[in-house]
Amino acid sequence: MALDPILLSRLQFAFVVSFHAIFPVFTIGLASYVAVLQGLYVATGNAVWDRLGYFWTKIFAVVFGIGVVSGIVMAFQFGTNWSNFVRFAANIIGPLLSYEVITAFFLEAGFLGVLLFGRHRVSPSVHFFAALMVAVGTFISAFWILVSNSWMQTPQGFEIREGVAHVTSWMEAMFTPSFPYRFAHMALAAFLTGGFVVCGVSAWFLIRGRDVEAHRRALSMTLWLLLILAPLQAFVGDEHGLDTLEHQPMKVAAMEGNWDTQSNVPLLLFALPDRELQANRMEIGIPNGASLILRHDPNGVVPGLKEIPESQQPPVWMVFYSFRVMVAMGLLMIAFALAGLFLRKGGRLYTSRFYLRGLQFMSLAPFLAVLSGWFVTEIGRSPWLVYNVLSYKDAVTPSLSGWMVLVTLIGYITVYAVIFVSGVYYLFKVIRQGLDELDPDEEIHDADRPARPLSATHVPFDGHTSASRS
Amino acid sequence: MQMFDLSLIWAVIIAVGVIMYVLMDGFDLGLGILFPFAPDEDARDVMMNSVAPVWDGNETWLILGGAGLIGAFPLVYTILLPALYLGVFLMLAGLIFRGVAFEFRFKSHRSKRYWSLSFAGGSFLAAFAQGCVVGAYIQGFETANGVYVGGALDWLTPFTILTGFGLVVGYALLGATWLVLKSEGHVRDWARALVPKLLLGVLAVFAIVSLWTPWIDQGVFDRWFDHLQVIWLLPGGALLCALGIFLCNRHGREGAAFLLTLGLFVCTYLGLIVSRWPYVVPPKITLWDAASAPESQFFLLIGMLFVLPIVLVYTAWSYWVFRGKVRVGEGYH
Repeated sequence: MALDPILLSRLQFAFVVSFHAIFPVFTIGLASYVAVLQGLYVATGNAVWDRLGYFWTKIFAVVFGIGVVSGIVMAFQFGTNWSNFVRFAANIIGPLLSYEVITAFFLEAGFLGVLLFGRHRVSPSVHFFAALMVAVGTFISAFWILVSNSWMQTPQGFEIREGVAHVTSWMEAMFTPSFPYRFAHMALAAFLTGGFVVCGVSAWFLIRGRDVEAHRRALSMTLWLLLILAPLQAFVGDEHGLDTLEHQPMKVAAMEGNWDTQSNVPLLLFALPDRELQANRMEIGIPNGASLILRHDPNGVVPGLKEIPESQQPPVWMVFYSFRVMVAMGLLMIAFALAGLFLRKGGRLYTSRFYLRGLQFMSLAPFLAVLSGWFVTEIGRSPWLVYNVLSYKDAVTPSLSGWMVLVTLIGYITVYAVIFVSGVYYLFKVIRQGLDELDPDEEIHDADRPARPLSATHVPFDGHTSASRS
Repeated sequence: MQMFDLSLIWAVIIAVGVIMYVLMDGFDLGLGILFPFAPDEDARDVMMNSVAPVWDGNETWLILGGAGLIGAFPLVYTILLPALYLGVFLMLAGLIFRGVAFEFRFKSHRSKRYWSLSFAGGSFLAAFAQGCVVGAYIQGFETANGVYVGGALDWLTPFTILTGFGLVVGYALLGATWLVLKSEGHVRDWARALVPKLLLGVLAVFAIVSLWTPWIDQGVFDRWFDHLQVIWLLPGGALLCALGIFLCNRHGREGAAFLLTLGLFVCTYLGLIVSRWPYVVPPKITLWDAASAPESQFFLLIGMLFVLPIVLVYTAWSYWVFRGKVRVGEGYH
């Protein structure tokens, strides 16, 4: 098989973005959680909130550190592999991405130092304020990224002159039809990710009987939150789907595995979509289900993939299965949040080993959901990089040859594997160490540094002594 | 909007951003390059501690430059990055390994030497790749209709390899004078003894590049020898800085030696800009050709004008907080 620079570039972008994305989605949720804990400490004066805040700040620091390092690559990916896209869209995408750097990064960098090292140097309220600002910074970052991505999904507010997009209205270009749904869906996903990780880690400590009092509180408050957010996410996801049906109907057709535009479309639970056959080879579904969900009418007409030529259809099976993985994870999350409510009634929430073990595994569910959801939306717009405006073929860097992309793809995988393994290994070390007693002396050695996330952890990478602080 | 030449304003902002990056990440990359030659582990700890609080902020200028380039001069971005494809990858890989080493080296025992290696190797790789970019920029890029049409390895020639090593030595010099300023005892003595050697290396590369460049590009040759004799102030200034570094280093004027090294870089950088002005993608594309739409440049400029001063103040403040010498065995950690 000849090396196809377009396919390989897509793989490379997918790899780099997927790898990077799991860290921000985690830190956005976690930053808010830390801010809540520090806020509770200010409001109640109860030191247990501060101890929990300190513990989760350390975890936040490690994840944020890996996210920052892996994020450097993102700023260059557009130019190296998709230079014709940048050439076409720079007038719009350029300022948006730059605004992310200058508004979000500045806020994060400015207050990260105080959040990580200021615990004993500023008052609890100022420290809480710093935590709040870091959380706001992560949201501003997500805002700009989703503004850019939504413009690529549902572009508007521009005109094309001499093959280059020019902005006609910044308001329209920034707030495209899919943006509100996308942003709400992503924000909830970030909270769910943070929430389920907090539950999983708390469960781990409860099973081992360590710092039971503190982790009970953490588990309890987070489960209440998830009880609201998990079903809310299903609702927002549904709204997002309806918006997608309006603006990107072929993406929805791929999600549903629906080939013919017809009424009474079943909701497929399982199928083997085959693009060459232009049909599914096997189907198990609920009659009229898809029509009911998408049109709120069992006789509703749902568009099918055959409306467009095969060459313009996305790889259906990938979208179809990714969507099902996402929905399955979402349903599992709702189930676990509800199960928590029932166990609470019987007073067995903190003792049911079966449930607590389940929660540990559930830490992974939101990551799976985010990645598969991201696959749905990104692969689903294939072959368009800017929907209905610019295809992959026209967006790729013309001078690229397959071997260049392959070499760098292998390179990025290697580099990220090293970071990922050492990062996750270290993360587990930090978690295992648990809630340590606050040692005021420890921080005196640290002046207010700007942005050294991992310095805040004080956990050795290997070995057991704490003499690593040179 | 017609009253101002927005593209010119942006050219100045980006040029300032690039030199800020080169100067600031320059000395901390330089420390990584000197890492393997350090006399002992204590010296290595001091070296890393001397930049630990600020290196992350230093590197931000690179991101700012990259994003600003898409917003203001997309054509530069879309030609340079494909042309330097493999070099960009090497630089990023280097910066990542180095960034992770910063975080983990202080926390490790058994694996410490791997993180040291990762720090040194990453720094060298990033510096070398950046030096090659400078060389490739002097060389020029093969374009047609604003698209790069050259090969994958055009950026890697004997000339760019020379400039690659040139920047490695230059960053090492920056790192050494910084270390003299920030350390004491045997670490400072070691760094101080290195300065004259590295300076000699920099001057040698400087001389060869100056002699070689006219053969590579007639335009540069013409500019230097025909129209604009005032240009000669720049290499003159660079040579004066070099002499100053040598003397100040000898007489223990640490701060002056470091500032003069910064001056040496600024003179060389200005020399490069003046030689190629107003071409941002030599030999054909000017900064006005490469500019994005005025409304996009204007939209972004508003934000930049608010934020850039704050970033500068914040950066200056963090350097102020961490002023003074780093002692063996008691860094900021």
